[in-house]
Amino acid sequence: MIQYKIQKNNMGEDCAVTIVGQNISIPFAPDNTDYQAYLRWLEAGNTPEPAEENQ
Amino acid sequence: MVIDQRNAGAAVTAINVYALDRYKLQGTQSSKINVQQNAASVTPPAGFTYYLGATSQSAFSVAATDYFRIFQPLEGFNTADFAWGTASASPVTLSFWVRSSLTGTHGGSFSNNDNNRYYVYSYTISSANTWEYKTITVAGDTSGTWKTDNNIGIQLGFNYGTGTTYSGTAGSWGSTQLLAPTGAVSVVGTSGATFYITGVQLEAGTTASPFEYRQYGTELALCQRYYYQTTGGGNTRHAVSGNGSLSQAFPTVFFKVTMRTTPSISYSSLSHFTLESLTGGSSTATAISANAGTNDSATLNVTTAGSGGTGGNLLGNNASSVIAYSAEL
Repeated sequence: MIQYKIQKNNMGEDCAVTIVGQNISIPFAPDNTDYQAYLRWLEAGNTPEPAEENQ
Repeated sequence: MVIDQRNAGAAVTAINVYALDRYKLQGTQSSKINVQQNAASVTPPAGFTYYLGATSQSAFSVAATDYFRIFQPLEGFNTADFAWGTASASPVTLSFWVRSSLTGTHGGSFSNNDNNRYYVYSYTISSANTWEYKTITVAGDTSGTWKTDNNIGIQLGFNYGTGTTYSGTAGSWGSTQLLAPTGAVSVVGTSGATFYITGVQLEAGTTASPFEYRQYGTELALCQRYYYQTTGGGNTRHAVSGNGSLSQAFPTVFFKVTMRTTPSISYSSLSHFTLESLTGGSSTATAISANAGTNDSATLNVTTAGSGGTGGNLLGNNASSVIAYSAEL
C-alpha cells in the first residue's frame, strides 16, 4: 500500500509529497500525473503523513 | 528508439514504467515480458540503428482482464492538428517496422485521455523473425473529447497480449475500452517470443510519408520535455547555489528544455550525494525533496547532518548518482 508524506518548503508551506519508502518527491502541480495519482489516493479516503515539524 | 535516458540500453523488467524514452510498458502481471533497446542485437531495418525489443519471459495464458502492451502517450499540443473530436477530424496514418518470432494477426489501439474513445487496429506479420514495414490508416474520430493541450492527446499502443475483456473488432471507433483485435497473437503466451518495432511515425492524412529522421540533439531535446536527468560522480554538480546552510540548503537546477509541467523529482540513493557549503565544508545528504519548481527549473530541499556554512551545491559522489525529473504523461 502506497503512503505519502507532506513536504514543506523553506517558507513553511506545504509544497510537495514524498512517497514513503521511495526516493521520489511530487510537487503540487495540477498537470503532473504523479500528483494526479496522489489526488485520486486522497479521494479514496486516504490521509498522508504530516510534514516534519522542523522542515 | 534512439533515446533511452533511464536505462541506457538495459532491460526493463518492471511493469507500468517507462522503458525507452516516451514508451511505457504496461501490464497486469509482472515478470511476463521484458523490453530493451536493441534486445538480442538483431540487425535493424536499413536506415535504422535502434529498435524497441520485447521478449516474453514465460508462456503466460492471459486471463480475460489481462493486458500487456507498450504505448506512447502523445501530448495534445502535438496532435491538435488532427482535430479529433470535431467534424473536421483528420484521418491519420501510422507507419512502422516490426519483427516478431510469431506470425499472424497483431495489433494495438488508439485512445483518448479520458479512456472513453477507442480504436483497435490490426495487421499481419507474414514471416517470422523478419523486419516488415506496416502502414495503417485510421479515420479521424469525430466524437469524444481529445485534449489539445499539455495533457494526453492520443495514446498509441502496441499489443503484447490481451484477454477477451479488452479485445474487440478492429477498424471502428467506440467507447468500450479495447486494446487489441480479437484473436491477436499473444506474445506473452510463448516463452522467448520476440516483438521488435522501430521507425514509428504517426501523421495526418491517408499516406505514410518516408520516416522523418531527426538529429540526435533534436530527438534528445524532444524527450527532455518529459524526462530529464543529471548523472555522474566525481563531485558532479547536480544542483547549485542554494541558500541556507550545510544542515539544510536549497540548490537549483535549470532544465535544458522547458518541461511539459512541473516535474516529480527522484534520486538514486542519498549516499550518492554530498552537500557542499559555499563557504567550505561538506556533508552527505540525509534527505532530498522538492522545495519549489516550475517547468523550467527546480529548487531542491537538501538536508544533512552537517552544520554551519552557507548554502550549498549538491554534488554527486558516486558514478551511479542520478537526479531525475519526470513530467511524463
